[in-house]
Amino acid sequence: MTSAPLLRVRDLGVDFSTSQGAVQAVSGVSFDVRAGECLAVVGESGSGKTQVLLACLGLLASNGTARGSALFADRELIGAGERSLNAVRGTGIGLLTQDPLSSLTPHLRIETLLTEGLLDRGLATRAAARERALQALRDVEIADPESRLRQYPHELSGGMRQRVALAAALMCGPQLLFADEPTTALDVSVQARVLELLALVRSRGVGMLLVTHDLGVVAGLADRVAVMYSGRIVETATTDELFRAPKHPYTAALLAAVPRLHGVAQSRLVGIAGDPPQPSARPPGCAFAPRCGRAVDRCSDSRPELTASAEVSPLTTAQGDSMDGRAWPITAVACHRPLQDRAEIA
Amino acid sequence: MVEVAPADARRQGLWGDAWQRLKRSRAAIVAASLLLLVCALALVGPWLSPYTVEQVDWTQATLATPPSLAHGHWFGTDANGRDLFARVWVGARVSLLVALLATIVSVVIGVAWGATAGYLGGRVDGWMMRFVDVLYALPYMFFVIILTVVFGRSLVLIFLAIGAVGWLTMARIVRGQALALRSREFVEAAIALGLPPATIIARHIVPNVLGTVIVYATLTVPQVILFESFLSFLGLGVQEPLTSLGRLVAEGALEMESSPWLLLVPSTVLAIVLLCLNFLGDGLRDALDPRQRR
Repeated sequence: MTSAPLLRVRDLGVDFSTSQGAVQAVSGVSFDVRAGECLAVVGESGSGKTQVLLACLGLLASNGTARGSALFADRELIGAGERSLNAVRGTGIGLLTQDPLSSLTPHLRIETLLTEGLLDRGLATRAAARERALQALRDVEIADPESRLRQYPHELSGGMRQRVALAAALMCGPQLLFADEPTTALDVSVQARVLELLALVRSRGVGMLLVTHDLGVVAGLADRVAVMYSGRIVETATTDELFRAPKHPYTAALLAAVPRLHGVAQSRLVGIAGDPPQPSARPPGCAFAPRCGRAVDRCSDSRPELTASAEVSPLTTAQGDSMDGRAWPITAVACHRPLQDRAEIA
Repeated sequence: MVEVAPADARRQGLWGDAWQRLKRSRAAIVAASLLLLVCALALVGPWLSPYTVEQVDWTQATLATPPSLAHGHWFGTDANGRDLFARVWVGARVSLLVALLATIVSVVIGVAWGATAGYLGGRVDGWMMRFVDVLYALPYMFFVIILTVVFGRSLVLIFLAIGAVGWLTMARIVRGQALALRSREFVEAAIALGLPPATIIARHIVPNVLGTVIVYATLTVPQVILFESFLSFLGLGVQEPLTSLGRLVAEGALEMESSPWLLLVPSTVLAIVLLCLNFLGDGLRDALDPRQRR
């Protein structure tokens, strides 16, 4: 893929000012998302993955500030005013959140929820917007869309709500979809349908930034994965590569903690001992070092930078990295002692 | 037919639900019916009487005639020989009108102010609420008296004066609610959809606080009626020959010993209105409380 990225995030950081002083929730995060591509950001709770997404949309909590750069279609999102953000929100970037019940305004009919983005911008007449809404509901495979338009969110089932939320996020035709834990609040059978729909959306050329802690979702949907730990990307790779040969010990540990039905038989699931460090008290070296079985002295002294793997073209420097389509490395890892091959994982 | 009914009830949405629950509260329904009756009488009552508000009936032996069906003064006459039946309903009309308009003024300003402050938050919120605090600190009576002196006495001025001060509490209540709603996910979703703040406030925030607003408004109406009565009692309210319930009570209190009906009749009507509004407010609060939803 040589097309220019839709979203180009460079050295993104998110700070929160708290009563205990400034806390770095996210730092040094860089990635690209292209049209029709799905990048998954995975990590455990508190790793800052959702903050990355909120920072790009200017939705951080009031005590949060974002640093760095996030370019969407040549438009800088970090530090942009509400007016220019509103030109991107909805029409450029759609947001699908975790809990569909709380993300749909309870007292508004589905029709209002779907059409307000179009009507408010004067992009369509009421009749045309209604027609678009019906089509959007059909696209997410909702039966009897005419009567659904007249209903309220609480009258729909959980899976249907999430599909309506997806339809609402896509109503203004965004080129990029941010999906924040889109399946977490759903049961397994409904999850599968939502994932199919997301895959369908991607196949129409919509870029997707998927934030999740569910590696099963990643495997099913994502082209590339960025693994976040304690506010930083520790490894990024294509999905196949990551599942086949994780380079960062944290990624390997994450994969080992996932139950599997096929492939190498696992006698038992392996959890990751210990807890992630508090963002206010990160060790000077690698944040994962205290929990890492492979850690040596160097790991707790100096923080490893994200470095492209040897077999792929070397990491593009900040200077050489322009908007001419040169990509952020597909495969990179931030570790002093990365795992070399499959044999080492066990 | 029986199977169809629940499906239809489900369609009605939040307001339909609330109406269903309100109908089940007997006190609220009785209160609402009585209130409607008083409103109807306030509208047509004066025409039911053979006498007008200003007309002095010289045919009676005394000016203050006790209530009797025989001579057509069903509630008696006041010390000036005017028919109390006509005067009570004209008074009720004025009192209800003042209450209604002043409440509308306070709801409109209070909701707009409170929702804006609560939603925008931060420094804007701080300044907007400090302004409310300053107005709170002004002596209410003093403010109204100055207004009356400067602009002269008129009914419109009373609506404005009462409404202008009545919105303060409303603004505080709505602001608190809006502050809580602002961090809800659906508001975030609306922001992520790129809707401007005004739309979000009007469409996503305000309808959510309306339950509280309606309840508080029904509780404001009695306050306003009492305040108007108080103003009229002081002589700052409506002017003769027009009257209000508060004025009638005040005048009746002067003649309490010689003609008790002059006090009893208007104060009974006033009490009925106030009680009914309080019962209706209670019923509405229960009906609109989402936790009551089965």
